[in-house]
Amino acid sequence: MFSGFMVNAWIVATLVAVVGGAVGFFIVMRGAAFVAHAIPNGSFAGAAGASLLGVSTLLGLGVFSVGGALGIGLLGRRGRRDVATAMALVFMLGLGALFLSFKVEYADSAFSLLFGEVLGVSTSELWPTVGLTVVCLLALATLWRPLLLASVLPESTQGFSPFRIEVAFLLLVALATTMTVPVVGTTLIFSLMIGPPAAARALTTKPGVAIALSTVIAVAISWGAIALSYNTNWPIGFFVGALSASAYTVARLLQSWAQKV
Amino acid sequence: MTTQSHRTRTITTITGSEAVSSVLHAIVEPGFFSSSAVELAAVLGGVVAIVAACVGVFTVIRGQSFAGEALGDIGAAGGSSAYLVGIGPVWGFVGLSLAASAVMELIGVQRARGRDLATGIVLGAGFGLAALFLYLGTLDGSTTGTIPTILFGSIFAISSSNLPIVLGLGGLAIATIVVLYRPLLLASTSPELAAARGVPVRVIGAAYLFAMAVAVALSALTIGAILSTALLVGPAAAALRLTSRPHRAILLAAAIGLACTWLGLLLAWDSYYWPHRGWPVSSFVVALVLMSYLLADLWDRLRERRRSTH
Repeated sequence: MFSGFMVNAWIVATLVAVVGGAVGFFIVMRGAAFVAHAIPNGSFAGAAGASLLGVSTLLGLGVFSVGGALGIGLLGRRGRRDVATAMALVFMLGLGALFLSFKVEYADSAFSLLFGEVLGVSTSELWPTVGLTVVCLLALATLWRPLLLASVLPESTQGFSPFRIEVAFLLLVALATTMTVPVVGTTLIFSLMIGPPAAARALTTKPGVAIALSTVIAVAISWGAIALSYNTNWPIGFFVGALSASAYTVARLLQSWAQKV
Repeated sequence: MTTQSHRTRTITTITGSEAVSSVLHAIVEPGFFSSSAVELAAVLGGVVAIVAACVGVFTVIRGQSFAGEALGDIGAAGGSSAYLVGIGPVWGFVGLSLAASAVMELIGVQRARGRDLATGIVLGAGFGLAALFLYLGTLDGSTTGTIPTILFGSIFAISSSNLPIVLGLGGLAIATIVVLYRPLLLASTSPELAAARGVPVRVIGAAYLFAMAVAVALSALTIGAILSTALLVGPAAAALRLTSRPHRAILLAAAIGLACTWLGLLLAWDSYYWPHRGWPVSSFVVALVLMSYLLADLWDRLRERRRSTH
């Protein structure tokens, strides 16, 4: 379980969990779960398109996740954000269905993109992930104060326009998506960006503690999911989803127990 | 194919009614109106589009697009489990969507942000289940091609035995909306006022969630589980840009949804003669839905600008 190709899986899953847990904190703060679902899920079309054109999957994912983020930002400027998100998402997925139909043999890779195949990570896929993790964490550190302030008190943005902060946030989600989807699939990253931070927020109100706790829970979930997936051969996406939901349930129970005591 | 001979015939003998049909054939590839598969797809797709659009108007007013999307994705787990158990996919879609809506209702908090999280958690768990069932389905071996069918739909391949089920469930969803129309509208636009007037807001909300689960499940059957939100939210959002009156918006949304579905069917039929023959219906429907939303948005914006200059 810890030898050969599995080493890559452990490293990548840890990196993905760290990014997912950290970025997810802001997703939960901003109530942007739909966006966190839409950008990774829609970007799958980019991977399908890239495979059709014969270019790098990472490039396709990058173009579609950034395009999706900007589309949601622009469409959401007027009218409801959830409608804008839904429209951007289904349009990207519709394109994905089209690309998929052009290439019949692609159906199996569609499954691994949607639901993840972390056990098959090669060393050449490892380095882009490491690089993007560093970029993602640096971006998060830079945006920390304005993003936190805008998420807690949307009114006092201290000279930053809310639209620019929203777009910066969406691009951060897009970046996290691009690095994680090719290795772990869209389901897994969504669960990691929602479950752990939601659990952490139920346990503490301090932002610094919450983001650290969220990262720790995310790493624990992804390690547990790898071990379970390795032993049962069931898709890792299932275990991440189930463990995330369990973590949130336990945190909520602890929260209500603490309130009673 | 007989198409070639058909075409040359229409070109050589253009007289009177033949001229009309040759113009038609330039837009509609031959056989569209005589195919029974198209007929069934048009009826099924039309019914589903109308149901989804009517239910969808309240989805947009209530800001529940994410819940709709989540129910559709969880329907993917339902569709794949139906293949595993060996029942019709429509029952899988409906069954799991209804179960998921019940869980959402149980853990859902009344605040919008809490609802967002509750939906997200259920969606994550549901998508995980979909992964498991689809994986178990691929182990089965006999189900080649079911993954794209469940995820992206294949309206031309639905068997006619589904028609009574679709009509029944669609009728149920519409009936729910019609019966609850006034209290639902009040509870959606101003919950406080509705509560003050003695409207059971929570019960109405739960009933609506179930109607939405049915509409999404039907939509998943025709255009696929992960695209089902397009028919639910798109036409309704476009209609609400064009008019602010709810009953007018419902009629308009149904018309837009129907037009997008039928035009999508037509284009997909035509695409048999395009490169990469046979483009998926769902892609056309989704693209048309997005286009109608953008056009409605543009129209609304122009109208606003005209009003502000006067």
